[in-house]
Amino acid sequence: MPDFEANSLIDFKAPDFREITDLVYRCNSADVDSALSKERRSIRDLAALLSPAAAEQLPAMAARAAELTALRFGRAIQIYAPLYLSSFCANHCRYCGFSAENKIERRVLTIDEAEREALLLAERGFNHLLLVSGEAPAKMGVEYLEELVGRLRARFASISIEIQPLGEADYRRLFKSGVTSVAVYQETYDRDIYEKVHLAGPKSDMIYRLATPARAAAAGMREVGLGALLGLSDWRCEGVSLGLHLAWLRRHYWQTALTVSFPRMRPAAGDFEPMVSVGESDLAQLLFALRIFDHDVGLLLSTREEARFRNGMIGLGPTRYSAGSCTAPGGYSNPDQQGEQFAIDDQRTIDEVCRDIRARGFDPVRKDWDTVFQQAV
Amino acid sequence: MLTIADHKFTSRLLVGTGKFSSSRIMKEAIEASGSEMVTVALRRVNLDDPGDDIMSVLDRKRYIFLPNTSGARDSAEAVRLARMARASGGSDWLKLEVTPDPRTLLPDPVETLKATEILAGEGFKVLPYMNADPILALKLQDAGAVAVMPLGAPIGTNRGLLTRFQVEIIIEQARVPVIVDAGLGAPSHAAEAMEIGADAVLVNTALAVAADPVRMAKAFAMAVEAGRFAFEAGLGRAQVHAEASSPEAGLDFLS
Repeated sequence: MPDFEANSLIDFKAPDFREITDLVYRCNSADVDSALSKERRSIRDLAALLSPAAAEQLPAMAARAAELTALRFGRAIQIYAPLYLSSFCANHCRYCGFSAENKIERRVLTIDEAEREALLLAERGFNHLLLVSGEAPAKMGVEYLEELVGRLRARFASISIEIQPLGEADYRRLFKSGVTSVAVYQETYDRDIYEKVHLAGPKSDMIYRLATPARAAAAGMREVGLGALLGLSDWRCEGVSLGLHLAWLRRHYWQTALTVSFPRMRPAAGDFEPMVSVGESDLAQLLFALRIFDHDVGLLLSTREEARFRNGMIGLGPTRYSAGSCTAPGGYSNPDQQGEQFAIDDQRTIDEVCRDIRARGFDPVRKDWDTVFQQAV
Repeated sequence: MLTIADHKFTSRLLVGTGKFSSSRIMKEAIEASGSEMVTVALRRVNLDDPGDDIMSVLDRKRYIFLPNTSGARDSAEAVRLARMARASGGSDWLKLEVTPDPRTLLPDPVETLKATEILAGEGFKVLPYMNADPILALKLQDAGAVAVMPLGAPIGTNRGLLTRFQVEIIIEQARVPVIVDAGLGAPSHAAEAMEIGADAVLVNTALAVAADPVRMAKAFAMAVEAGRFAFEAGLGRAQVHAEASSPEAGLDFLS
């Protein structure tokens, strides 16, 4: 497949999972050795690092990932918190607690309520805020975010959004109002599975979603976040697809910083069972492989994972941890709030998470950006 | 003695404050380095907060603080950040970094020059981080930079003085101090930069990610001093122009 990489970099489209499967499962231990020993790695090398053959070399991969992460990011982990704004959603996604057909208590915070929640997070010591919502533009659109971000920007070092995909003009507006970065998880890069799990709603348009990171980057966002929901399709192939997407974005939007998140499927309303199982060692291999492939990508590990795993991974690749998270809108002011998107597995407070990071010889960094960068002149 | 903008320094080692495992280790490493000038990323500190983890552990009287604009991707952002820092009680010192590519963090020559012109005009003591381009160094100097900071290799690579030939030309031509910044991963790299006549070096990653940052800081301090001594003793004069090594022609025919 000599043209495999070149084609993927010309115009990013949903990768062919059959082709990728073929690439990954043909790799042997010699391919893994070669990938590990190189300075610059191709998509083929990434495939080797994601292959079953590489599982035996997990300790070597961890060491390489640790070394590269220290050089580029230092002995530091940045701390952030998600703030859920709305659980209304027009999409029918089989795996998600916010899915339109689920009978849960729905809520959209008023701007005052959202501001109160955010200030509570600021008081707890958070400087990096991630605003999250379901996809219901009528309930929570660009105007809402513009106003909220306008109120919050003086209190936070950075504000990111993980909401419905928008057009470039809307991203431009939000960037101007103070939004620093956009996260849009593809959920799965596997076309067949994508169609099977996204039954209705705007999200069922896979190609529009796939092009969203590029629109956000084109609009000037400082950072764009990618991710695949682990539990839908073969994680090894999702990993190669993430690598292709990263490489494509780097070529086309060289000024945009990139991150990857690793949401592993969690229990949620609707009782959807993961279609494939992804174990902790699989998740670790995926994370190490992406770090070795792309030395500069930010890697996020959220409270979906339990404390033991997150503590163990400190220094081995991740660069950002969330802490003290609640996935129900209004959940910070009211801990009994119902209607969460998914159950979290790490219940520690920000101070406890920071203490554990320090105990492992790393610095929990609460501020590593400044809204001054984006201030209107 | 090193003089930058009329300020005298005994130490020729500047250090960064990023990437350390804790502010305590950072503080101890900086003390061991003997440095008198430390650079701090404005994005990383909260200048309004007296309890800020970095600013509170370092003695403001003991060090010249060199705030840097790390993260700025154009001159407008860098200028805004610099003005904000000075307005919040900072000084005129500024390490100017304009790095539009978040991946390599290589400096943008065009935007760096533009920002230097503006900020030097506003009375800032600007030390621009730059690629090792001799013409750019001259232009930055003419724009009012009080020192130039060419890179040895990209930030965080530990590759050493890959730009040696260009840095030699910069040293030969510059009126202002030349501080080699970025990429110096081992004390021998720092010594090499000093041996060819650099006025100082700036080190961060090599200290911060060493197994023992404090001991590594001491090692760099010794290397910088050794390199400077060697330079002053007459070693390693920059040979910019190739010396003719042609064989001597026979001139027997001359009467």
